[in-house]
Amino acid sequence: MRRNRRRSGQQAVRSGIVVFPGTNRERDMAIALKAASGRAPAMLWHRETELPPLDLVVLPGGFSHGDYLRSGAMAAHAPIMGAVRAFAGRGGYVLGVCNGFQILTEAQMLPGALLRNAAMRFLSRDCVLRVERGDTAFTRGWKPGDVFRAPMAHGDGNYVADADTLDRLEGEGRVAFRYHGDNPNGSARAIAGVLSPSLRVCGLMPHAEDLVDPLMGGIDGRPLFDGLVGALVH
Amino acid sequence: MRVRVSVMLKDGVLDPQGKAIGHALHTLGFGNVGEVRAGRVIELELDEADPARARAQGDEMGRRLLANLVIETFTTEVVG
Repeated sequence: MRRNRRRSGQQAVRSGIVVFPGTNRERDMAIALKAASGRAPAMLWHRETELPPLDLVVLPGGFSHGDYLRSGAMAAHAPIMGAVRAFAGRGGYVLGVCNGFQILTEAQMLPGALLRNAAMRFLSRDCVLRVERGDTAFTRGWKPGDVFRAPMAHGDGNYVADADTLDRLEGEGRVAFRYHGDNPNGSARAIAGVLSPSLRVCGLMPHAEDLVDPLMGGIDGRPLFDGLVGALVH
Repeated sequence: MRVRVSVMLKDGVLDPQGKAIGHALHTLGFGNVGEVRAGRVIELELDEADPARARAQGDEMGRRLLANLVIETFTTEVVG
């Protein structure tokens, strides 16, 4: 039944992708969301101050405002972010990938910060991620301990937070993903993705949305989107 | 008034940019260079005649946008 409803589009998950000046991964994200949900996401310009009715807001990758000042610093104060914050406050689901993760930390919707990669290089290559828990909307497509391949494309992916914050994140099960094998950007405790206390806001550095079709070279990222859609379907 | 906000990474936060600058200085023969820390200076022209108020505004801007207090500290001075 659910499949039929999804195919008809009537009950499909309603997602929106926020576009800032300098965002460049919104179309990749739209492809992944549409493939999983059957419904094309709404594109939301950063100057908007209200959101349409949505189940999921995604902040995609890119270089919002040219990464000036700090990656994500200006976008965190964009007009739409008040509405995104209110949406999350009402229990809405928010996913930030790469620059979107940076924006969520700058907006203090997630703890910590993303600094320049430890080796100073922009990293554009695949990495391997390990799933830390399988019981959240963002990770339910995997089992804890599963590993999967994900493309990285970032200069500022070095996750930092003070020791108390890191301990709290680990203690509360809010580390969603870790780098497996090598730690490409020097992130504290190899953290690649974190969750809010409600488990409804997730930031992830690598681009799961870029491996969702065999034509892209693999489907390792699909469980993120299939899992999300499964969790949010009406 | 002109206000200068200087933003630096907190002590203990890895500063790969400072490290790279230090390496380059060593390569240039400045062998006595120890730790190098890199920061950012932002100068603001404010329509404000009172230095105390100008500085307070700089502080507020530092807290809200110019610095990320998770990883950075900043100082504010009135420079003219």
